[in-house]
Amino acid sequence: MKHIFSKKNRALLSELVRTDFKIRYQGSILGYAWSLLKPLLLFVILYIVFVKFLKLGSGIPNYPIYLLLGIVMWSFFAEMTGLGMGSIVGRGDLIRKIRIPRWIIVLSSSITALINLFLNLLIVFVFLLINSVDITISILLLPFALFQLYLFSLGVSLILATAFVKYRDVTHIWDVVLQALFYLTPILYPLSIITRTSFQKILLISPIASTIQNARYATVTKETMTIGQVFSNQWVNMIPILITVITLTIGILYFKKESKDFAENL
Amino acid sequence: METDAIVVQDVSKSFKLPHEKQGSVKSTFINIFKSKKGYEKQVVLRNVSFKVKSGEFFGIVGRNGSGKSTLLKLLAGIYSPNEGALQVNGRLTPFIELGVGFNPELTGKENVFLNGALLGFDRKQMEKMYDSIVSFAELERFMDQKLKNYSSGMQVRLAFSIAIRAESDILLIDEVLAVGDAAFQRKCFDYFMKIKKDKHTLVLVTHDMGAVRRYCDRAIMIDKGRIVSSGSPEKVAQAYQRLFSSESEASSTETNTTAKRWGNKKMIATKTKALISEESIAVTVKYEAMQDIGSPILGFQILGPSGDNIVEGNTMREKIITKPMKKGQKAEITWRIPNIMGSGKYEVSVASCDESTTEFYDWYNGAASFIINKDNETAAVVDPKIQISYHKI
Repeated sequence: MKHIFSKKNRALLSELVRTDFKIRYQGSILGYAWSLLKPLLLFVILYIVFVKFLKLGSGIPNYPIYLLLGIVMWSFFAEMTGLGMGSIVGRGDLIRKIRIPRWIIVLSSSITALINLFLNLLIVFVFLLINSVDITISILLLPFALFQLYLFSLGVSLILATAFVKYRDVTHIWDVVLQALFYLTPILYPLSIITRTSFQKILLISPIASTIQNARYATVTKETMTIGQVFSNQWVNMIPILITVITLTIGILYFKKESKDFAENL
Repeated sequence: METDAIVVQDVSKSFKLPHEKQGSVKSTFINIFKSKKGYEKQVVLRNVSFKVKSGEFFGIVGRNGSGKSTLLKLLAGIYSPNEGALQVNGRLTPFIELGVGFNPELTGKENVFLNGALLGFDRKQMEKMYDSIVSFAELERFMDQKLKNYSSGMQVRLAFSIAIRAESDILLIDEVLAVGDAAFQRKCFDYFMKIKKDKHTLVLVTHDMGAVRRYCDRAIMIDKGRIVSSGSPEKVAQAYQRLFSSESEASSTETNTTAKRWGNKKMIATKTKALISEESIAVTVKYEAMQDIGSPILGFQILGPSGDNIVEGNTMREKIITKPMKKGQKAEITWRIPNIMGSGKYEVSVASCDESTTEFYDWYNGAASFIINKDNETAAVVDPKIQISYHKI
């Protein structure tokens, strides 16, 4: 285990991430700026539809930023799992011809997504400053929320990447699951819009929903429903964390078991 | 230095081959319900065992689909064996092909760094090596161009210049010699000689018996997943050539020019000797008539390191009339040519046939072989004395 972050592996990881980024914006005029522009444009659309037309979230201060943070975190989850799923199959040329640790490939795709997340969070912070939102000590909770979301996404990525090698339907199934998760997560709508608390509880058990709500609580406004508020019992807080740990463990074990046969199954 | 670099013990490898493309969840479910396996097992390697000594150049030969590339991938750690064990002592090159991971959308320079990382170098180390890699590849002007605009020769040169930087004790190489022009092959040769001098181990998978004879100390031949021949490169190379001749023998039994030895044995070559001096090469062949025959035509042929026919001659062409022979009579012939051969291993074929060349008595490929070792090394097959006149005009 001590060799996981050896100098060699780090060098390889950074080179793979560099390549990902270079290839992604290959031949585009705006290049890296797209990383910032895309969430910004999406935000404009959602703002017009959900804040101006549908008048959602009127009870929540700074709802547009609240919305943006949710979208940014969701995009991160969707991008990381999407990139992660295709990473092993996409790098089949390497896997069939060279002996490198296979997990580095999944990890490099996750870091690409992570870099995009931080660029997008920059935009969130710019809006926070423009709207002079009070940044309180609770912002220190944000890294924890993001870290938990990263670990959960990594677990899901490992499972998807491994399954995708053998079953190419995974990509279509995952498309549907992502759509469902998107609507089942309080991203566009405030959780308070759901009147039955039992439904609120069910939605918040998902690590995606709970980390998004926690991040919003930490940075934008206290007027959001975190899992600790919806459930009276503080221990319930642990359920999303438990789900994260279990997902990551399953992901690592499944990936480890199958990865030695990647070269022949690809 | 008599340690083993690679020990392969009873290694078996099989692949699951799906009956039809199985890569979907639906078909897996269907197959579960039918309780039928959707694949068949194809055994690629069966109980393969061999050792490669440290510092040795080791050849693996075999037909297409014999399992030799699978074996190399097992050695490289890309595949894992179903049974048996592989032990590798020393650092191994992680790649088996040149230019793995090259991305056509990146520039030459970016690819150098990416490829370097795959070999385990970080950016700092690569920056130090960068200039010498580029100059070795002779691509200074092209490094900021995208790789997709390179010719294939340029790509190979770049890949090779990076690959030889790999700090490893054991190299695994799959058919690199097949690519590249003469100048590139020359560089390969120089590189091989250098790593041989540095006591590195090399495992070479190839179809090129010339390369096996030239570079390898020992070799094995794999056929249908088993080692069918092992030992000296000469022995294995001949076994390899027989592999193809025994195949074609089934279809045509009469004149088979690739078989090692064939003919109706009315007269046979009993002894063939090649005597090498600095000035000349003399091939002496002793013949014995097994039946009464008319005047035979005798011939010889010398094959170069890569199996090309370099010199040949026969008594008919040289207008030498031989005498009819009775059963049991013996004859001796000596062919003498100036020693203009370059360094390498040569094979002698000798033959005898009747006057009208319709009946072959004895054609013997590889009746003798000899090695030329000259100091003034050249990659050319012939190395005659060159007279030069040079003056300004």
